[in-house]
This record gives sequence, C-alpha cells and structure tokens, in this order.
Amino acid sequence: MSTQAGVSSSYREKLAINRLGLWLFILSDSFVFGGLLVSRFYLLGTQSRPHLDQLVGFVVTVLLLTSSFFMNRAEIAIAHGDRKAFLRNTAITLVLGVAFLIGVVGVEWQIAPFGPADGAAASIFYTLTGFHAFHVLTGVLFLAVVLRNGLRGHYSPERHWAVEAAAVYWHFVDVVWIFFYPALYLIGTPLP
Amino acid sequence: MKERVGVFEIGLVRGLIGMVLGVLIGLGLVSAIRALLGLPVWHAEAAWVVGGLFGTIGFMLAIGVMRDWIKWALGEETPDFPEADPRFQGWAKYLSVSYDHKVIGIQYGVTSLIVICIAGLFALIFRTELIAPGIQFLQPQDYNTIMTLHGIVMIGGMLLGVGAMSNYLVPLLIGANDMAFPRLNAFSFWINVPAVILLLGTLFMGGLETGWTGYPPLSARAPLGTQWFLLGVYFIGFSSIFGALNIIATVMKLRARGMTYFRMPIFVWTAAATALIALTATQLIGLSFQLVMFERLFGMAFFEPAKGGNPILFQHLFWFYSHPAVYVFVLTGLGVISELLPVFARKPLFGYRWVALSSFGIALVGFFVWAHHMFTSGMEPYLRVPFMYSTLLVAVPTGVKFFSWVATIWEGKLSFETPMLFVLGAISIFLLGGLSGPPNGVVATDLHLQDTYWIVGHFHATMFGGFLFPFLAAIYYWFPKMTGRMYNETLGKIHFYLMLPAFYVQSLGQLQVGLLGMRRRIADYDPALQIEFTHLLITVAGYVIALSLLIALINFAYSAVRGKVVTENVWRSRSPEWTLLPSPIPAHNYPTPIEVVGEPYDYGLAGAVYARTASAVPTRKEGEAALPSDAAAAPAD
Repeated sequence: MSTQAGVSSSYREKLAINRLGLWLFILSDSFVFGGLLVSRFYLLGTQSRPHLDQLVGFVVTVLLLTSSFFMNRAEIAIAHGDRKAFLRNTAITLVLGVAFLIGVVGVEWQIAPFGPADGAAASIFYTLTGFHAFHVLTGVLFLAVVLRNGLRGHYSPERHWAVEAAAVYWHFVDVVWIFFYPALYLIGTPLP
Repeated sequence: MKERVGVFEIGLVRGLIGMVLGVLIGLGLVSAIRALLGLPVWHAEAAWVVGGLFGTIGFMLAIGVMRDWIKWALGEETPDFPEADPRFQGWAKYLSVSYDHKVIGIQYGVTSLIVICIAGLFALIFRTELIAPGIQFLQPQDYNTIMTLHGIVMIGGMLLGVGAMSNYLVPLLIGANDMAFPRLNAFSFWINVPAVILLLGTLFMGGLETGWTGYPPLSARAPLGTQWFLLGVYFIGFSSIFGALNIIATVMKLRARGMTYFRMPIFVWTAAATALIALTATQLIGLSFQLVMFERLFGMAFFEPAKGGNPILFQHLFWFYSHPAVYVFVLTGLGVISELLPVFARKPLFGYRWVALSSFGIALVGFFVWAHHMFTSGMEPYLRVPFMYSTLLVAVPTGVKFFSWVATIWEGKLSFETPMLFVLGAISIFLLGGLSGPPNGVVATDLHLQDTYWIVGHFHATMFGGFLFPFLAAIYYWFPKMTGRMYNETLGKIHFYLMLPAFYVQSLGQLQVGLLGMRRRIADYDPALQIEFTHLLITVAGYVIALSLLIALINFAYSAVRGKVVTENVWRSRSPEWTLLPSPIPAHNYPTPIEVVGEPYDYGLAGAVYARTASAVPTRKEGEAALPSDAAAAPAD
C-alpha cells in the first residue's frame, strides 16, 4: 500500500475495467451453457430425461447453493476488514465446492446405469454435468488461490478484486446449475 | 548498450520448442494412463487430442505470455503497465511477447498475410486440378483435404486480419494508450500460432475430408486429422472471444475526454459491433466442435441418429456462429471503407449516425438468420420462411452503408491513391457480393442454388469486397503510420489493377458455372456441362490474384526497410493518430491526454477541429470520478 489517494484513483479505474471484463466473460460463457441447454431440449424434448439418482441430485444441489451463501459471507467479510471470517467462509465454500464435485463426478457418474456412449440422453448427461463440473473445478482452484493469498494477508477492505472476481464467478456457476438441475433431474420422465 | 539476443531467448522459438514438448508429454500421458488402466497403450485419437491440447498449453507457457497471471496467482505484484523485455528490438520484438497494442496489431497483420498466402496456395493447387474434367494429379481424398484447408485456414487468416485492424486502430482512434487488458491482448494473439500449426498439422495426420463446415456424421468418421482441425478452430475461437472482450472493454472505458459514442470514428463502431458477435456467438462453434470431438473420443451420440442423436442439431449450433462470423470479417472491412472514403473525398461522411447504428443493426439481425444455410438440410420446413425474411432484412442496414458511401462520393474532390482505389474496388465487389446474396436467401431459388458454385462465387465476392480489399486498403493507408516509411505507389497501383479485374473474372466465372450446374467441393465435373473454358478462366484469374498479392508483399517488405521516410500527415486526415502523433508511433501512444471537441468527419469545413491535445484543460483531481461507473466502484464503506 503506497499513498492512499494514489491507490484509490488509478485502482478504482482499473477496478471498473476489470469488473466490465469479468461480466463480458460471463456473458460469453453463458452462451456455452445456453447452447448445451438447447442441445438437451432439442434431442430429448420436454417429455424425457436421463435416468438419474434423485437423492444424489438433490444433495449436490443443496451443497452448491449453500456454498454460494458462504461465498457471499466471505466477500462481505473482507469488505468489512474481518479477515478471520473471510478466511473461514472461503474455506467452507471451497469444501462445499469439492463436495459437489465428488457428488457429481465421484458418485453420480459412477452409479449412473449407463456410460457416455449409451445413447443421446447419456451423452447429454455426461456433457452437461462435465462442462459444469469443469467450471466448478476452475472455481475451486480460483478459491484455493484466494485462500492461499488470503492466509498471507494479501487482501484488504479497499483492495480485494480477486475475492470479488472469485465470488462473482462462483455465483455464476451456481446460477448455471439452477438451470441444469431441472433440465437433468426434474423435467420429463426418466428414460428406461 | 545494445545487447545481442540469443536465438533461444526469442519468444517464438521458445514457444515452438514448448509446443513440441507439450505434444510429447500429452502423447506420453495418455499412453501412460492407458497402460495403468490395463487398456491397449496406443489410442491415436485420444493421444493426439491430448497432445494437441498440451502442445498449445506448452507453447503459451514457454513463450511466457501467461507469466504475469501466474505471478498474480502466487500473490506477487506486477507493474500496472506490462512492458516487454527492452533488449528485444527490431525483428526480435515482433517475434516475442509484446504488450504494446501496435506491436500486437502488426504481429496479427503479418501473421494474417502469411496465413492468407498459405490458404491461397491451397486454392491454387485445387484450382489447377479443376482446369479440366477428370482427375489430373490430385486424388479425391487429397482434393478434399486441400479444399477444406483452403477454407478453414483462410477463415483463420481473415480473423487474424480483423484482429490486426482492430488491435492496431481502436486504441489510436479513441485516444487511448493501450487496450484495456494488454496481457490478455498478447494471449489472444499468440494462441493463434499453435492453433494454425494444429490446422496445418492435419495435412500429416491423414487429412480431413469434411469441408470447413465439419458436418457430422462425416466429421465423426473422417480421418484422424479432423481432431486437430476441431482443436485448431477451438483455439482460434479463444483468440476471437478474448480479443472481442478486450475491444468492448477498451471502447467502453478508455475513450478520450469528449469522445461520446456518437463522436467515435465509424471504424470503432464496427469494431465494437464485430466484437459483440465474436464475444458471444463464437462459443457455439466451439461447443459444436467439442461435441463432435467427444462423439469421436467417447462414442457419444449427439449427432448419431442410430443412437437417438440428430445431425441437424450440429448445423444449428454451427451456423449460429458461422453465419455471424461472416459479419465479423465484413463489418470490420466496411468500417475501413467508411473511415477512408471521407479522407479521399474531402467531404463529411454522409449520415454518420445511421452508418454508426447500421453496424449494430447488421450484427443484431445477424443473430437471427443462421438457418438460411439449412433450407435443404431436412430442418423443420416451417422455419424456412421466417429465416428467409430475417435474411433479407440484413439488406436494410447494409443498404444504409451503401447509400452513405455513394452520397459521400457524390460531388467529392476525389483523389485516387492506392488506398482509395482499394476502397472503391471494395465497394464495387461488395455490391456484387450483396446482389448475389438474395437469391440464396430466398427459399425458392436457394433450393436450386444450394451447394453449387454460385454459393462459392457469392461468398468470395463478399469476402473480397467486405474483407480483403478493405484490409489491403487499410494496410496501404496506415503503412506510413506503422513503419514511418511510404510504400511504392506504382507497385500499389499495379497490384490493384491486376487484382480487381482478376477478381471479377474469378467471381463472375464462379457464379456462372454454378448456375450451369457445377457443384461445389468436388474434384471432378461432367464435360457435358461445357464449363471447361470458364474453369480455366477462373484458375488463371486465381493465379493473377496470387501474382498481384506477391507484388504487394514485395512492396510492403521492401518499403518497410527502404521506403521514403515520411513523418507528416500523408493523407491530410483529421484523425488523432495522424494529427497528434509522429510516425511510427512511440510506445504508449499519446504522451499527453487528448480531448475531442468536434465531429470526426468534418472534412472540407473551415475551422472544424476534431481532436486536440488536452493540455489546456485542467486534469482530473485525485479521487474525483472520471465516469459515473467509477463512483459505483468505490468500496462499500
């Protein structure tokens, strides 16, 4: 931290540009997920869905949605200078994110009664969850970086763009799942 | 003082070595994992896909374009304005990572010319085959590969050319010192290099026979080369998306004081409209190609009817990008036309606001026309008519541009230097491309024209008129700005007067043989069609175009080193990069901020000023918000 005024002026301009860049990226990325949703409804229609385990789907959804709450707590905490709460909530988010990944890739993928080559519904299931899980994974890595640098005291109430970016990205990945969960688990009847 | 730079310090060399290592690691990794899982060790598809992926990552890591990002992840500070290694001068500067948008723009431009020439050579090869019916020297399999590569490599070259123009010009035209994200800018350029290598690598991996569209089910079964084709296009997509993001952020946040949206040069408007398409729609070609890749790798069934898939889905996803992609090439070129015409007509651009908005009109309508490529594909028939109407609607904003150009030329004091010749040539060719379009957009006629050489002629007319001629005009026009030296005017004129008639012969010939029944993408045709002579003319015209481009390249290369030194405002332009900056422009462009006090195209109006150095106005006080959005960026408490 150099002189306070010097930091805030140029840093704030840079921050505004960074925010715009992040939202443009999210706009762009949402087209991938939009395309995946379109593919799902184009191939399977609204009357059928892949045959999946409802309990696993419900549990991972709860895990991911809860994680967004803690992510938000973490961001608010660092904005108020509460470093301890920031680190605690970031760690909880990270753990919930990893638990989600284990639930999807480690459990649901393994117990699914079909492999990726077994028809259109199976392809849709593995691709949609795969794309989403890849995004969760990048979010988890991002959070791990934030946690590591947070432990070294890198963020302050004035300068915590990385935390903010991780939080926005995390919420975005969460919102995607809010569309994917019904598309995969709720709409239509399961195919045999 | 000047230190010598070792060969292995040059970025490109390091990158290529990194790429080779990356490919080897990828191949080894897949084989090792398969060995551990007890599967047969060698699986060509998986090994080469992962090899291509790791090769690209290896290139980017070795060239060092991600160095600062890695530092950020490790919590290290980096300078606000990244600087390239100052020891790199001359050639070495252009062959290594630089964060200066002008260097990156020239890197894009030179790469674009090289890639376009490679793609053009592919065209010459298969055009030679088509001189006569029957198979001369190219076997159908090789013909397909060469024809496909001509298409996709040329598209890569055009995207690079678009990147060249927007990267070099946008910051200069809006009075900024660089792009909003210089590191991302360097990344966006360099990822093209491994991507193009992957595309050309397909030649040695069994080729590919799908045509540049890569339609399944053929692409799901075509030779191994298809995988690197899919991967290469995917990485070029990265470049498009991040480049576009950068352009939009730059235009929205870094304009000079006083430059409202309706005082921006038209080129900036078109670059922003282009970027809007590239930012969003590109994701869908990436997705469609990835799905084909997965279908090949994991036996997935998106496009396999026997397993519940549907190949029409691919076409929807693919054309949702690939139609707007045409506007990515064309809008930028049309922006150059609107930018240069007033300079050489010494008159204000006619209907500035309408021209500015027409770019966004084309871009937005362009999102709703994709299925006009699919009238004969077996798509739901009720979709045909709405897509026909939306397609014809594109003519409205395009017509706005044409009216503006004609009205700008009207009673202007025209002068005919090489850039102006290329601008006028572009307008006439783009008219041919535009007029040959509606017959394809109307369902009834398209059912006859689909997949004929008519489509080839139409497409080449739009690309030559909408991209290539304006791109060349831009190179000639800004050549003194880029190099500080003047190109050779005589050679420039020879280039133009060879290229324009050759192009007309080529394109009109293509349209004609198409109407007579010549199918596109085939190595052989029926002598009974009696189109041999026209085919010969098309091929000869192709060689003349190649010759004219060769003259241009010699002109550029020679003039950049030996040309007459020029420092003044060669074209008497009102644009700030000519009026306020020396040639070539030093790093970080404007030493003092500029401000915009007038309209951009008031040529011939006495006393009109567009931009001036802002030293007279008080600079912004510390802590005072420059833009309303900055106020919102303040910390919460």
